[in-house]
Amino acid sequence: MNRRRDARVGILFATPWIVGFGLLMAYPLISSFVTSFTNFSVLRAPKWIGTENYRELANDGVFHTSLQNTLLYALGAVPLGTVLAIGLAMLLNSKVRGMPVYRTLLFLPTLVPMVAQATLFLWVFNGDYGLLNAALRWCGLSPPNWLGDPMWAKWTLVMIAVWGSGQAMLIYLAGLQDVPTSLYEAADLDGAKSWAKTRHITLPMISPVILFNVIMGIIGSIQVFAVPQVMFPGGAPARSTYMFAMYLYDNAFLYQRMGYASAMGWIMFLVILALTLVALRLSERHVHYETQ
Amino acid sequence: MKRSKVAATHIALVTLSVLFVLPFLWMITTAVKPIGETMTSPPQWIPSRFLWSNFPDAVLYGREQVGYIPFLVYARNTLIVTVLSVVGAVASNTVVAYSFARLKWRGRDAFFGLTLATMMVPFPVTMVPTFALFKWLGWVGTFKPLWVPAYLGSAFAIFLLRQFFRTIPTDLSEAAKIDGASELQIFTDVVLPLARPAVSVIALFAFMGAWNDFLGPLIYLTDQSTFTLSLGLQAYQTQHGGTPWNLLMAASLMVILPIIVVFFFAQKTFVQGIATSGLK
Repeated sequence: MNRRRDARVGILFATPWIVGFGLLMAYPLISSFVTSFTNFSVLRAPKWIGTENYRELANDGVFHTSLQNTLLYALGAVPLGTVLAIGLAMLLNSKVRGMPVYRTLLFLPTLVPMVAQATLFLWVFNGDYGLLNAALRWCGLSPPNWLGDPMWAKWTLVMIAVWGSGQAMLIYLAGLQDVPTSLYEAADLDGAKSWAKTRHITLPMISPVILFNVIMGIIGSIQVFAVPQVMFPGGAPARSTYMFAMYLYDNAFLYQRMGYASAMGWIMFLVILALTLVALRLSERHVHYETQ
Repeated sequence: MKRSKVAATHIALVTLSVLFVLPFLWMITTAVKPIGETMTSPPQWIPSRFLWSNFPDAVLYGREQVGYIPFLVYARNTLIVTVLSVVGAVASNTVVAYSFARLKWRGRDAFFGLTLATMMVPFPVTMVPTFALFKWLGWVGTFKPLWVPAYLGSAFAIFLLRQFFRTIPTDLSEAAKIDGASELQIFTDVVLPLARPAVSVIALFAFMGAWNDFLGPLIYLTDQSTFTLSLGLQAYQTQHGGTPWNLLMAASLMVILPIIVVFFFAQKTFVQGIATSGLK
């Protein structure tokens, strides 16, 4: 008797998202797909040009550079961020005194707004007066000019990303706290060493969380924008930090090439989809789901 | 745990904490240095005198220039957008997540799967049509494109809250139902109070998202008097060529401070909220 009314209440509660999904997700997705086959500048009506945008992208050297920069960045930031975040979370999950202080300190970088992070790190990585190079020189090394050298500039972005991996760290910490202590007690009875426990209990138990964070990490790093945009306007030096999202933004709002930008957006979506599928595929044999 | 292992853990934690906090400390000391001490080699950690006046100077920087926008205007703009966004995110995501977690309707689970899939959609794909939509509505140049979407929910927040709502025993809502409570009453009086940790997590995420947003304001705000702190900070850095670093750091510190204060007070609930929702 109540099922129809229940359904109505259910849909009523979901209304904000139904509207949001329709207006800010489904409609723009379809629209940008159509726009990607047009020449469109917002001021003038879109003109159908078929697959012209995609063909141009295939031959656009700047696009290739930006895609390559972004993939290299993701290839550095995601694995390094993952290893560091898991390591930190494990340390933060051990039972020693002063944990609230450690947690706050290690999470602090995540709280720094991206534009402020960018400004701060222009300073840290400064070739002449920077903190990092002062430390490296003190160790007797002759460090590179991080921000001015096309070979190194990209890696400063990777280091900043790793510095700010606190959100993933917190999610791993939550995952670690969900691992039943009975498993470790059983392993202790069998005389297992701590590396064996990590390898055979901890990592398999948090593997779904790792998969989740890796996928979120891939999605985030392919879209990286704010920090490189502020630190390296125009992708300097020598376009070595010119990221996918920066070129896309420039096409949409600087050159008013909305159709071209939409085509790039779809390529970005496909890149993310492909990388996510690869992550899912590679994880198949390693991710352990509890059967309930 | 063995004594030696406890010591090793402390050493590792202290070393990492120092490494993580070092750039941050540098920011703080630079913010109170005289300009002459900001570029020295080797770096000077402790300023010869603490210039607290850098903070008001940063706020008033550039006031002799034409079209000067006080820093406080950026702060006010950011506050408006942030408060409206946080209220919107809490209001919309809680009701939607409740519907996905506790109410039964046809197509619910399929739609939830679709919702999860949208997390993979990068913002740049939808950027152009969304911009065109807001332009058509006449919203470009106003704050509306920055806060109205918060009232329409976000996939990640819905997901996090739904997981949390599902851990709350159904007996409680069944009992309330028998007592004649409506679905809305069960939601506001029974489920919501129990979900405070998870709600605080999404409130904090919404706060950080709005306070830090750079791309949104960059696209939609056209007049410098409507800029938010992120944009203002960037303008600060790029426009005035040789910006005094100490003032820039003082300005950055003022942008960060509110977030640290919020996190400090919400910290315990925050960790608890993520831990109990268990991203599974």
